[in-house]
Amino acid sequence: MSVQLSYKEGVLTARLSGEIDHHAAREMREAIDDTAQKVKPRCLKLDFSQVPFMDSSGIGLILGRVRLVQFWKGRVVLSGLSPNLGKMVELSGIGNLAAIERRAG
Amino acid sequence: MKPLNQTQISFTSNSVNESFGRAAVAAFLAQLDPTVADLTDMKTAVSEAVTNAIVHGYRDKLGVVYITVKLFQNGKAVVRVRDKGCGIPDIQKAMEPLYTTGGEERAGLGFAVMQSFCDSVRVTSTVGKGTSVTLTKYFEPKE
Repeated sequence: MSVQLSYKEGVLTARLSGEIDHHAAREMREAIDDTAQKVKPRCLKLDFSQVPFMDSSGIGLILGRVRLVQFWKGRVVLSGLSPNLGKMVELSGIGNLAAIERRAG
Repeated sequence: MKPLNQTQISFTSNSVNESFGRAAVAAFLAQLDPTVADLTDMKTAVSEAVTNAIVHGYRDKLGVVYITVKLFQNGKAVVRVRDKGCGIPDIQKAMEPLYTTGGEERAGLGFAVMQSFCDSVRVTSTVGKGTSVTLTKYFEPKE
């Protein structure tokens, strides 16, 4: 489990890797929030392309970050969702709260 | 009906064991030659049930999470996740989508995911004694 963060021109990108469950989500949340609260990005991009598995804890992780960036009117973008993660995201209806970036092609 | 094959797994309710629980179940189900999608669905449902046992059942203490997996004819798999924790006072309420007692970082989707990703979900619970979640899924043979 790890989070790689990079910041460029108002966009904080968090590249998540490994399975996301209740256990892993806690460390990911701390890593993301620590930096997000400092830089207050207008856009927080969560990149799931290195996440092979996610249960509903991942939805909790996304929801919590949407709430966080709302403090400074930022938004959350989700990218790199595999079909099985997409199924979870669709079930949660979270697409109304965070933009979903589709892969080109 | 007698199962064709079965296993029992038990582990301490440390959250680090959530991945072990679902991976162990998935490894046992591999003998059904499931599709990746079906196997991931069951893995996800098991992850939800195990997380519930750890986060809610054993909220203030450590306990043991018990999983049994039974395989029957026609690709039927029954996974039971049981804890001896605090129990659920109102199962119907607990199963409502978005309802959670887990705080802000919990989505309240656990049971909705189990219901959506399995063919049936049965929950029995006694306050002070524990909770048992039975997940049933039919694995179609691969094309």
